[in-house]
Amino acid sequence: MSSSMEQTESKAAKPDEFIMVIEDLWYSRGQKKIFQGLNINIRRGEVTAIMGPSGTGKTTLLRLMTGQILPDRGRILIGGEDVTKMSRRELYRLRKRIGMLFQNGALLTDLSVYDNVAFPLREHTNLPERLVRHIVLTKLHAVGLRGAWQMSPSELSGGMARRVALARAMVMDPDIIFYDEPFVGLDPISMGVVVRLIRKLNDALGLTSIVVSHDVEEVSSIADRTFLISDGRVVASGTPEDMEQNVSAVVQQFMSGMADGPVPFHYPAPDYDEQILKRNES
Amino acid sequence: MRRLFTEIVYTLRGYLETFGSSMLFLLRILAACPYALKRPGLIIKQVYSTGVLSLVIIILSGFFVGLVLALQGHNTLSRFGAAETLGAVAALALVRELGPVVTALLFAGRAGTALASEIGLMRATDQLSGMEMMAVDPVKRVVAPRFLGAVIAMPLLAVIFSAMGIFGAWLEGVIIVGVDEGQFWAQMQAQVELHEDVMSGVYKSIVFGFAVALLSVFEGYNSIPTAEGVGRATTRTVVESSLAVLVLNFILTAWLIGEV
Repeated sequence: MSSSMEQTESKAAKPDEFIMVIEDLWYSRGQKKIFQGLNINIRRGEVTAIMGPSGTGKTTLLRLMTGQILPDRGRILIGGEDVTKMSRRELYRLRKRIGMLFQNGALLTDLSVYDNVAFPLREHTNLPERLVRHIVLTKLHAVGLRGAWQMSPSELSGGMARRVALARAMVMDPDIIFYDEPFVGLDPISMGVVVRLIRKLNDALGLTSIVVSHDVEEVSSIADRTFLISDGRVVASGTPEDMEQNVSAVVQQFMSGMADGPVPFHYPAPDYDEQILKRNES
Repeated sequence: MRRLFTEIVYTLRGYLETFGSSMLFLLRILAACPYALKRPGLIIKQVYSTGVLSLVIIILSGFFVGLVLALQGHNTLSRFGAAETLGAVAALALVRELGPVVTALLFAGRAGTALASEIGLMRATDQLSGMEMMAVDPVKRVVAPRFLGAVIAMPLLAVIFSAMGIFGAWLEGVIIVGVDEGQFWAQMQAQVELHEDVMSGVYKSIVFGFAVALLSVFEGYNSIPTAEGVGRATTRTVVESSLAVLVLNFILTAWLIGEV
């Protein structure tokens, strides 16, 4: 149902309306099939959430989208260019227009906050240091950490590190920013700050934001559109309101946080009694 | 028997695969060297962390090796009435063999493990992936400067080790045991050839530095991104580097002496 809905949506949309198109994506790790014909269209200028239970391959999808790993089959188009066919040089050229916020921030531990944010500018541009300083301080100010410019990553809290990483992700003024579980491990205040920053920066800078997360409440509060992944496919997509009203058992289980349902609580295992008795006998 | 044979074949295949991968990795590093050379600050920083920070262990080890060498040398040479050749014997042993080999083994334990664990932790904490996502090649920015820093630091440390060893031998042989000082230095000056002896040690230390640096950055870069994975990579660095140094030492010695 969802894939036909996506196709209708795709046909109705203008060609440049989607900044990213994922077509018939297949990916497996060993014997385990992670994605089986995944289709996702991401609209330009929106905050798109990709949600799903733990272990469904959300982070893997992000790595596929950014060309860090290659799929078994399928296409991933960013601005019309197929990421899966790109050479390393072409990928690097594309990545200059992409920002990514990793789960743990991935700040370079041997550089200060200022140098971390300045890092992409120094690597890819010949801007004079005065201009670099101006840009870096502007970005740090946008995330509220201009005063922390001299600190080292080891001195930052989890929330601060995430915000510095966000400043670094947007320092090259990218077209798209990918967020990998941006709310994990944050206290409510830091989480609120990061949630608002994602929305605010997306709108102020005209970005497209792709947020991979399983924090339903936080993501629903800022996302324009949500894709719910389960069993290697998109099982539902739409606005947060559409998702709330969706009667599908999988969607209801995920949105309401029910322990058991179509996504089982227990990992596949042999019969409980039988396993216990066998152990006792042995 | 058949099982043993299969296991040996698999083990050999594993070593061959690792060797092939490390050679391909070496090509990537060499291609990245021009980038690193344009940023000498990155290399100097690595010479400091792999070289300068290893100085204490190298100086102390060189000194004590020199002391023991003089004690043993004097004891043995006295039996043949050749105690005055102690200076030459100690210097030849140090510049030709002990300097490069012991320095390389210590270097693998001190700087090699530091390189492997640092790069491995960068992998485990997504710093390398973060660089790739910023369109910066980690081999250029992280690996090549560390490789070059280690290759530069190793021969310098070997020279310092040998110098400290000679100082230790002088202290033990001349000051404590009482070998004639004039004979000590004169024999050394007469017997130690710059090209044949000193330079053969320098060549060896360059090759050892190259091997230890390559194995350290290779193991770190390809480590499994977990605490256990980084630990294993660090251990493999020491084991492989030590074996590589000893095997290469035999090959180089045979080649430099011209006898196999």
